[in-house]
This record gives sequence, structure tokens and C-alpha cells, in this order.
Amino acid sequence: MSSLTAPPTPELPGAMAAGLPAVRPRRVRALALPRSGKVLFGLGIMVAFLILAVIGPYVAPYNPSATAFTPGLHPGAAHWLGTTLLGQDVLSQLLVGARPTIVVGLVAGVIATVLSTVIGVTAGYIGGATDEGLSLASNVFLAIPGLPLLIVIDSYLPQGARSNYVLIGAVIALTGWAWGARVLRALTLSLRNRDFVEASRIIGEKRWRIIFVEVVPNLFAVLASSFLFTLLYSIGTYVALAYIGVIDTARWNWGTMLFWAQANNAPIANQWWWFVPPGLCIALVGTGLALLNFGIDEFINPRLRAAGVTGRYMRKVKLSNRPRLGLTPVIEGFR
Amino acid sequence: MTTLLRRLGVYLLTAWVAITVNFLLPRLMPGNPVEILIGKIQGRVTPQIVHAFERQFGVGLHQSLWSQYVHYWSQLFHLNLGFSISLSAPVSSVLKQSVPWTVGLIGVSTVVSFILGTIIGTYLGWRRGTVFDAVLPVATFLQAVPYFFFGTVLLLVFASHLRWFPELGAYSQSLNPGWHWSFVASVLRYGQLPAITVVISSIAGWIMGMRNMMVTTVGEDFVLMAVAKGLPKRKVIAYAARNAVLPSISNFSLAMGLLVSGALLVELVFNYPGVGDLLLTAVQNEDYPLLQGIFLVITFTVLSANLLADLAYLALDPRIRRQA
Repeated sequence: MSSLTAPPTPELPGAMAAGLPAVRPRRVRALALPRSGKVLFGLGIMVAFLILAVIGPYVAPYNPSATAFTPGLHPGAAHWLGTTLLGQDVLSQLLVGARPTIVVGLVAGVIATVLSTVIGVTAGYIGGATDEGLSLASNVFLAIPGLPLLIVIDSYLPQGARSNYVLIGAVIALTGWAWGARVLRALTLSLRNRDFVEASRIIGEKRWRIIFVEVVPNLFAVLASSFLFTLLYSIGTYVALAYIGVIDTARWNWGTMLFWAQANNAPIANQWWWFVPPGLCIALVGTGLALLNFGIDEFINPRLRAAGVTGRYMRKVKLSNRPRLGLTPVIEGFR
Repeated sequence: MTTLLRRLGVYLLTAWVAITVNFLLPRLMPGNPVEILIGKIQGRVTPQIVHAFERQFGVGLHQSLWSQYVHYWSQLFHLNLGFSISLSAPVSSVLKQSVPWTVGLIGVSTVVSFILGTIIGTYLGWRRGTVFDAVLPVATFLQAVPYFFFGTVLLLVFASHLRWFPELGAYSQSLNPGWHWSFVASVLRYGQLPAITVVISSIAGWIMGMRNMMVTTVGEDFVLMAVAKGLPKRKVIAYAARNAVLPSISNFSLAMGLLVSGALLVELVFNYPGVGDLLLTAVQNEDYPLLQGIFLVITFTVLSANLLADLAYLALDPRIRRQA
């Protein structure tokens, strides 16, 4: 959220590199991002779940829908995560369910990011009536509560369409692009009057070339952060839709697992192994995304980076680790 | 004033979009909602009901879309949102019973979460880089947990196991609803766990936003100036916080949408008799009139909350007022 409000002018690394003679090559700065502990941890979680999404259905020990086992077994050797009250293997459901959950999130994230980039950058760069119209549209979409709208839309879809990942993802993207568009518009507004953009306008570059070569690369950090945020929103929304039962409940994903657990009163019956694993997986994916986002936030706003410095590091470089006013240590090469 | 009028304009437009989407959806989507609805109430169908459904969903009518739209609006002005099949009652009267529960639960937890989160965030931003930063990873994790999953876990641990809180519902079934003390006390008691769930799930966003903005604000010259002048620490923090809180408030509409969506599902977990519970009934029975009525009510509630946030922003930021 801070990226929305932080004064963007002095902190845009790309703009600095373009405006001033760069002290260090830009590639080094770009590589500085994934080295902080938080970011590495987030990256690790995300990679693990992406692998799970790919191999999940192949390594699942049983058919997730088969009701062939003793119902309500505690986690044990034969069933690592126990069985449901309907006699299904929880681990298999978890493994098979990973793919749709993550695929829908990715589809929605990509579509929403493309939408918000096109709309936000167009509004910010062209300005005038176009800007007014597009900003109004994003404000309207920001104000409409997404989940209830999605529930209404999805409940009108025919049964077959409700298990179509791409379609569901696209519908979720419809409600998720507005925030990113607003942030990108604000940044584009501040970028379009910079000298380097002005210069390419004077040279006579084509408008689309200025947008794609001069403006968009400088939005990259915010674009990435907006993508991660949308991904988090999409996964949460998809799971919520599945949990309330609007999406085909016979196809496994983490939300339908929670739907069936709730429908069979697993929480009251104390069958924690039924609903804790999917909930925990969702929370872990979300944490991973948020940690990556922190990295990007700190990359954009150096003051946050300094605020994340550990006491041990501060002692190492012989600085007091008590917060002091007016002194935000800008630490070169801190990771 | 201009700012407020602009915002009001956006919200009116949003309301219009929501109403129009509601009108168009059943007419654009494949399938015949009226057939599904009539299929659900076999036996009890009177021609009047069928006709009412047909008018609502624009099936089998030989009217232009425009005259259907006009009719739709006139029904809306008479607060006629159609007839709910699953509950066999008019949608507006069903909603009248559920909305107060939801508004009460969500309203109280939003206010508590915002105030608490802002205070914690202010403190964390002030003491940045100290041991208090340990709160951040915890907050990150909480932010990522779906509301309803968190509610389920709390229900299991604190209600089923430890029995600190009552399990399900909004009040003790042995009491008659009414404005007497024992009922109010029971409502407060049953509301605690759902409210705690919503507060803890939503507080992380406020903490993080406030903390990050505070870190940025504390680096500003006017804060240094305030300290140099020798103002007491409390006053300095208040100066900085007042500036840092503005983005939190302007992000309110985004947060509100997420919070309401989450809280509706929390109601489901706790069998709380609010709109969320109604939503489940509507989804399970494909009760389209009820579903659409709920969507409208939620949208209007969220828009009103946003308007309140805008008023608060106006009160806190004199720069906006002067622009007018």
C-alpha cells in the first residue's frame, strides 16, 4: 500500500538511472532485490507451491474422489493427512487441488495486470477526457464489492462453465484490476513530465514507443508488486467462491475441500486434519506473495529498506540501533 | 465541498452501475432463470408468481429492453426486490431481518480493527528497526489467512475445545429476541468470537499500511523540527500520525470491499443470521431474486461506508478543503 502514497519522485530507481549518469550498472541494482532474507523466503515458498501445482496430480497417492477408505481416520502411515468423513484421502485432495487454485490465481493475475497496465498507463499518459473516463471507471470498480458481484455472475453461469479455470479466472480479473490501474496511473502521471520522456517526445518518437520503451520499463517494480497483490486477491477470491459453493464442488481445489469440511461440520466434530491443511496452504501461498511484495516495496522506498535493517547488522556497521529522527540510514549494499 | 461532491458523484455512478448490472445479468447470461425458479417451487406456482418472475428476469416478454428497465427501476423505488423462493417471502422483508446483524457485526469490527491497527502501526513505525518489528511477519501471515479459515480455527479451539465462547448463532436460542437486557447481553456474548475473527483477520492491513507510511513520515523535516522545538514525544507522534493516517483512509474503499467479502464468509462459519448466511442459502438453492437483492444491499452498504470515510478524510486533511 505504501507504493500508492510514497512520494514517487526521488525514489524511482529506473528514473534515476535514466536521468543521472548511473553510479553502478543497473543490472547490479536489479539483482539486489532477491537477496534479502525475506524475499528469498517468499521466493522459496512460491517456487515450492508452483512445483506442487505441476506435479501434484501425479504424486497424489489415491484418487481424491474415491470414498474407499475408513471415514474420519486420524493422520497416519497409510493416510498422511487422514481421511474425510466421506472416506476420502485428504493428502490426495490437497495435492490434486493445488493446481486449479494456483492456475486460476495466475490466470486472473495476468489478465488483471494487463488490464490495469493498459488502462492505468493510457489514462496517465494521454490525460484529458480519456483520463477522466478511465479514472472514473476504475473508481467505480474499486467501490463495487468484488465477491458478491462474482457470486451473482458465477451463479448465472451454466454448470459446465463453472469448472472452466480460464473463464473463472477472467471473471475474477474483472473485479481485480482497478487498484493496480489507479497506482499505475499516478506513477505514469509523474513520469510523463520527466526530462527523459520529454526528450523523446521532442525527438519525435511515436507515442506507443515512448509508452513501451520509456514509461513502462520504469513502472516495472510497481507492476510486479501489483501483479503479486492481484495474485493474492485472486487466489483468496477463488477459494472463497469455492467455499460458498458457487463453483463446481465436484472438482478439487483448496476451496472445495473447505466447502466439504464445512458442509460436514468438520470444525465442530474436531476433524482438524480435514480443513487445516488447505487453509494453511492458502495462508502460506499468501505469505510468500506478501514477502515478495515487501522486497519490492523496500526496493522502491529506501526508507523502508533501512527500517528493515536488523539490530545485529546495525551493530556490525557500528550504528546505534535505536531509531533516531531525521536520520534514516541509507545503507549501501544492504541485503 | 467540490471534492465531496465528486466522490458522491462516483458513488452514485457506482450504484447505478450495480443496479444496471443486476438488471442486465439475467438477460445476457445463457440459460433460463425463470425455468429454474419455477422448477424449484413445483406445485405451489400461481400464474401471478410466474408472471412476476418473468417480469423480473425479462423472459418471455414482448417488451423492449428499455421499458423493462423502466419497470425495473419503478419496482426498485417501491423497494420491491422480488420474491425469494427458498424462503418463500419477499426479498426485501428477508433482508430487513438479516441486514442489521451484518451491519452491526461488520460495523463494530471495522471500527475496532481500524482504530487498533492504526495505533499499533503508529507505534511500530515510530519504533522502527527495534524488536517490535517482529510483529511484521506475524501480521503478514495473518493477512494471508482467509477470514473464514481463521474463523473455523478459532471456533474449533476457543468454542468447541476451551468453551470460552458460545459455538454457533447470534444469541441464545432460549431467549426471545427483543430490547431487554438478557437478550442484548446474549447478543454481545455470541458476537464476540465472530467479531474477534474479523478484527484479527483485517487488522494486519491497517498495521502494515500505517507502519510503512509512518516510517516515511517520521523522516520528514517537520517531524525533526517538532522534536528540535522540544515538543513532548506524544505530541510529535500525534503530528506524524495525523499525516501518516491519510493514505489509510483513502485506501478505505479497497479495504472495505475485502473486509465485507471476508466478514460475510465468517458469518457462514458461525451460523450468524446475517446476510452472509442468506447468501449461502441463495447460492445453494439458485435463488436468483434473493442473490441479486443481497448484492444490491451489500453494494449500497459499502458505498455508504466509503462516503463516511471520505468525510473523515475531509475533516483530517485541510488541504483538500482549501482546494474547493
